[in-house]
Amino acid sequence: MSSIYQALVKIVGADYASDRKEELFTYSKDLGTSEPLWPEYVVAPKTTEELQEIVRLANEKKVAIVPLGGGMTLAGLALPQQGGITIDLKRMDRIIEVNEQSRYMVVEAGISHGKITSYLHKHHPNLMHSEPGAPPAATVGGNLAIHGQGDLAHPYGFNSDMVNGLEVVLPTGEIARFGSCAVGSGWFTMHPLPDIGLFLGWNGTTGIITKVSMKLYPNKKIRENNLFVVEKEEFVPDVLFEISHLGMAEDLIATSSEIPPMMNRLHYVSIMISGDSEEEMEFKRHLTFDVQLSKYIRSGVGGIASVSQERSRPQVSKSSDWKKGGGFEYVGAIVPVTSYPECYRRGAEISGRHDIPYTVLGRVIGSCHSMMFSWSYAFNRADDLTVKHARDALHETDELVMEINGTIWKPAIFGQKLMMDRMDPGALRLMKEVKKLLDPNGIMNPGNWEVI
Amino acid sequence: MHLMEYKYKDMIHRCFRCGYCKFPTDWSDVTNCPPYARFRLESYSAGGRLWLIRAWLNGEIEWSGHLAEIVYSCVSCKNCVEKCPHSFADDVVNMIIAAKTAMVNQGLLPKSVTEFLTNVQLHGNPYGISAKKRGDWMEGLDLEPYQGQDYLFYVGCEGSFDSRAQSAARATARLLQQAGISFGVLGDKEISDGNEVEMMGEDALLEDLAQRNIQMFFDLGVQNIITLSPHSYNVFKNRYPDFGGHFKVFHHSQILADLVKQGKLTIPETPDTRITFHDPCFLGRWNQEYNAPRKVLKAVPGATLVEMERNKKGALCCGGGSGNFYTDFLGGSEDSPARIRAREADAAKATILAVACPNCLTMLEDAVKVEGLEEKIKVRDISEILCG
Repeated sequence: MSSIYQALVKIVGADYASDRKEELFTYSKDLGTSEPLWPEYVVAPKTTEELQEIVRLANEKKVAIVPLGGGMTLAGLALPQQGGITIDLKRMDRIIEVNEQSRYMVVEAGISHGKITSYLHKHHPNLMHSEPGAPPAATVGGNLAIHGQGDLAHPYGFNSDMVNGLEVVLPTGEIARFGSCAVGSGWFTMHPLPDIGLFLGWNGTTGIITKVSMKLYPNKKIRENNLFVVEKEEFVPDVLFEISHLGMAEDLIATSSEIPPMMNRLHYVSIMISGDSEEEMEFKRHLTFDVQLSKYIRSGVGGIASVSQERSRPQVSKSSDWKKGGGFEYVGAIVPVTSYPECYRRGAEISGRHDIPYTVLGRVIGSCHSMMFSWSYAFNRADDLTVKHARDALHETDELVMEINGTIWKPAIFGQKLMMDRMDPGALRLMKEVKKLLDPNGIMNPGNWEVI
Repeated sequence: MHLMEYKYKDMIHRCFRCGYCKFPTDWSDVTNCPPYARFRLESYSAGGRLWLIRAWLNGEIEWSGHLAEIVYSCVSCKNCVEKCPHSFADDVVNMIIAAKTAMVNQGLLPKSVTEFLTNVQLHGNPYGISAKKRGDWMEGLDLEPYQGQDYLFYVGCEGSFDSRAQSAARATARLLQQAGISFGVLGDKEISDGNEVEMMGEDALLEDLAQRNIQMFFDLGVQNIITLSPHSYNVFKNRYPDFGGHFKVFHHSQILADLVKQGKLTIPETPDTRITFHDPCFLGRWNQEYNAPRKVLKAVPGATLVEMERNKKGALCCGGGSGNFYTDFLGGSEDSPARIRAREADAAKATILAVACPNCLTMLEDAVKVEGLEEKIKVRDISEILCG
């Protein structure tokens, strides 16, 4: 029995530390196409203090640590590239505070988005947060570590734009707090203190987020999904522009997919609207369809596919079974909304080359300031050839994103290298220096965002 | 070739491990899978378990005692079946049971599982107690052996041998007597129903028990069966027909609800009590019976029925299914499902935690004691509540 394992057991108890092959196997696997990478230990701390002890231990022993949230990136970002300790953070899942009037809540970062949604629904029904399109087991900390977005991206931006305060365990084990909480004033804002944007989007390579103050938003009493369909991809950017002009949609997504057949080669724009009265809803429907989109309807190139539908919790995992094979992975890119037509066309071509039904989706971020565009590739986990096709398609798509001047969202190691190859040298140098300063022993999720 | 090979080999890899299976119906937490709630490591989630089973079958990992404990920690509560978004959802638990069968066939079992199955085989009950003592629970009740009455009251192993569950069996018998129901019991002729051995993968032993029970029921002319345990109810209702045993099967909550409706029971007043009901998995998620026990409890004069946050389809299992009330793979922690459930009953400000299953009764009563809540919360079978 190794001294590291014994030390981990001492910190968290025998039930929550393991060096057994069953746990190591489980944590060696990602849900996407990544090849397995085995940790040497798995540990699940309950408290920030336990986490600090683990980080200090890792520094002392010079062993890598990989923080893990829900494990939903599909891009292998929480696979241990250099072995070491995988830290499953999902036991750190308390709701610490909800300030209804100031519309924020403070949570431990291992909490699932599903739990937050449920809690707010029960106890603060007039508030909501931006829930990612991922399964509800996705965690707040994991989502912030990859600059995630959710179903309020159109009005309010990235989820990482909705942070009012952070607590982080630094790579050396100390705690640091950012935002108004750092000066003992509560967790209501990140401003106006000096910008220390060192942890969001870093894949856990600069520190482990332990507490988050999240902005909450008005939750209206009525919510419905309306679908507008156009036959040509060229129309999509303008449709989105017209709808976003109103500033009334809660979520705005364009999508097209080969399965089911009704979606094939057509482009559906999902317009989520909400209101506190039927009068408000009808007003929004009227402005959306009768005013902003009427030119498409009158000219016969677009139409209302459905109105007043419920949108159930996203079940993106169903995509994994399109090849009856339990797997899919996607490339997400942040691109201008105007890139939708090319992204769609080129993505469908890549899918066709690899015998994968195409599935593309673009979620509007802000007032059409950008779009998270995703190309999904299903595979059969039991069929190595389909896994290879999906992996190749993902790499081709990463290269496509670079070619069209997009940025890859939560890139896998392959995509990270593509991004760093073309990154501004000054930014790259600063990343390297920041990393060296914060993580002198290079223990934090090594291999990710690693500037050579 | 075992069941896992021919039936599920082309299915098991389809689990994506998306984690929906961890949640209850209201999405309130990731802790509605009992083993995952207890250990909080992905290997103990339904998805993690399926991936491990596949790896074992593929030869990626070898069998180990720890692997077997992970597989056998599944209590077959069917929460995963309820929440899995995929078309193969109905088979998630079946795949885990099939993996247990593969382990049984190869003799690769945790010691406590072997003990359980051996005891059932040798003594007709998992406790290893002599079958002669099986009728001790009814001492002083003046019950008739079954000889053609309208109903057979099948008590089951827990109700026959576990001292706490015996009380529920006695209370149920008294209520049936009070209502003038024509019923008889098997006494020391009764043997295990086979539900748990099937959930533990011993399908051959299930077949043997089912055939022996069915033959006995035929010989005695049994047509209608009242069960104390939802586990017995499940196997008699859903599995015995596969072996040629077609009976009208009732869980005692269904009979009691009917007797309450007909006004055939005198229910003592229990002023200022708040009762919360813990749904047994084999009555609820396995058989969709959520109303009968609640109808019974609503009829208790002076009592208020309150719900715990997780209830009905979303209820958290007590952690005792698939033989875990005996093997106890989920015990020993404040995160043991039964202790979580006890705290939830306390959060609902319940003074009585009502159950309708002898497994739940023993699991939750122990949990209430360990949590130091026994002065605040009494754990009672619905029959005991009606008896006062």
